Amino acid sequence: MTTRVAPGSDDALTAPAPGPGASSQIGADEEELTARRLRTRTIAGRVLVGLLFIGCWELFSSVHLIDPFYWSKPSSIVATGWNVLWHGTLLLDIAFTSGATILGFILGVTVGAAIGLSFWWSRLYAWVAEPYLVMLNALPKLGLAPILVVLLGIGFGSKVALAFALTVIVTALSAYGGVRSVDRDLEGLLYSLGASRWQVFSKVVVPWSMPWIVNSFRINIALALAGAIVGEFIASRQGVGRMILYAGQVLDHNLVWVGVVVLGVLAMLMYMAVAAIEKWLLKGFETGGA
Amino acid sequence: MQDKLEVVQVSKVFTKSGTQVTALEDISLEIPKGRFISIIGPSGCGKSTLFNIIAGLIKPSSGCILEDGKDITGQRGHVGYMLQKDLLLPWRTTLKNINLGLEIRGYGAKQAAERALPLMQRYGLGGFEHSYPRELSGGMRQRAALLRTLLYDRDLLLLDEPFGALDAQTRLTMQGWLLQIWADFHKTVLFVTHDIDESIYLSDVVYVLSGRPGRVKAVVAVDIERPRSQLVMTSSQFMKLKHELLTLLSEGEPQADSVDGGVGAQGGLHA
Repeated sequence: MTTRVAPGSDDALTAPAPGPGASSQIGADEEELTARRLRTRTIAGRVLVGLLFIGCWELFSSVHLIDPFYWSKPSSIVATGWNVLWHGTLLLDIAFTSGATILGFILGVTVGAAIGLSFWWSRLYAWVAEPYLVMLNALPKLGLAPILVVLLGIGFGSKVALAFALTVIVTALSAYGGVRSVDRDLEGLLYSLGASRWQVFSKVVVPWSMPWIVNSFRINIALALAGAIVGEFIASRQGVGRMILYAGQVLDHNLVWVGVVVLGVLAMLMYMAVAAIEKWLLKGFETGGA
Repeated sequence: MQDKLEVVQVSKVFTKSGTQVTALEDISLEIPKGRFISIIGPSGCGKSTLFNIIAGLIKPSSGCILEDGKDITGQRGHVGYMLQKDLLLPWRTTLKNINLGLEIRGYGAKQAAERALPLMQRYGLGGFEHSYPRELSGGMRQRAALLRTLLYDRDLLLLDEPFGALDAQTRLTMQGWLLQIWADFHKTVLFVTHDIDESIYLSDVVYVLSGRPGRVKAVVAVDIERPRSQLVMTSSQFMKLKHELLTLLSEGEPQADSVDGGVGAQGGLHA
């Protein structure tokens, strides 16, 4: 920020008032103003892009530039959605799918973290288990879906199990990464203070590994949702996934689109919730992990 | 008089990928109660290994450690220990970091705070109880680390280059601060440093170790009167001692250079 001084004005030369303090104040204000303007424009831009997209979709579909049989159009999707929401089972389906997702996620993350953290207790145990963990991680666990459905039935349990299977190994590996990165000197310090192994574990290893575990949450919630939906695809009487599958089979593409939109919204809401939990859990930790 | 701590003919041999490396050879130290003893030596002379042995974190290959005449070899929890790294837990506030030792011994949060708060007030950490370590300067972090060690209530403190990472000015302040604490609490201190000035300024006795394998090369008594001011560092007595120590250290120089970062450094604090 330069303070403009009228040439020849001795007033400006002698007066100390618009010194560096004043000018930086103006600078700060202006910076804030620009930042706020940028924020407003960002939001406006986002809304505009969304409206443009929906508008084009509606228009192109109406004039048959794209085939409405496959691509549907926003107005039909909303109408169908409204109908199944009040006269159909959409709410129950949403509850079923999100319930399976959230339960599978919680179980997977808890058990996975416990497995990963347990590797701290014995190097031998960790080294024996490591290649199997890596193999399980690479294995496409969705391939297990038919077996799980036969094993656990076509109800809620098999969906939870799939969501669990998709999240547990990822979390275990993340937690193990945290465990491996624990500062050995820190462990030594606690031992020198007379700490037991359990105290070192609870006071250093667990909190140290927290950021590693928590950072896997965002991937895991998406994986859990995918697991639940695939479970519903295989065999189910309820759920948004089943609704999509059914609608596809009877060629009700409007309903398929309703399902897709609902899943999109669900995924976004869960992601936001997980991000909030992450922020809360990592309160007090240095930003950027560790 | 009974020594507070005796290191009796301690040797340590590490086996690394099949070859044996002698880190310490026949080290003996006698440390009377209430004294300030420094150990200086080139990098890789096994100072940290020696500290780990005294703290009971690793076992010596031969020899033993006596505290008040009792054998404490391989036993943890007899000494307060502090490293160059402050090792403060980033997710704990300064107060809770300082209380760590008390907490491990089973003190409740309130009891521990009652003991820690006056110390923090008195030794330059007042008002920072609820700050996180990342919000403190390097010198303050070391203060917190030392208070944590102090609150562990051991008569013997092992300080492994605690001021090694600080800038010269802060280091001077911290040295004075440490002397004050030492005088206030009547602790026995064993202090490792690279810095000759620091060792003379702080100690009653300086042990000079040779490069690998670490042996006691010389024991130099510092009979400069206490309390000492920083100005003592310019006195002729100080200079004479410095000359002596420099001469002793430079004798082992060529060998010392080649072993930097060896077993001593890698020994770390591993249990």
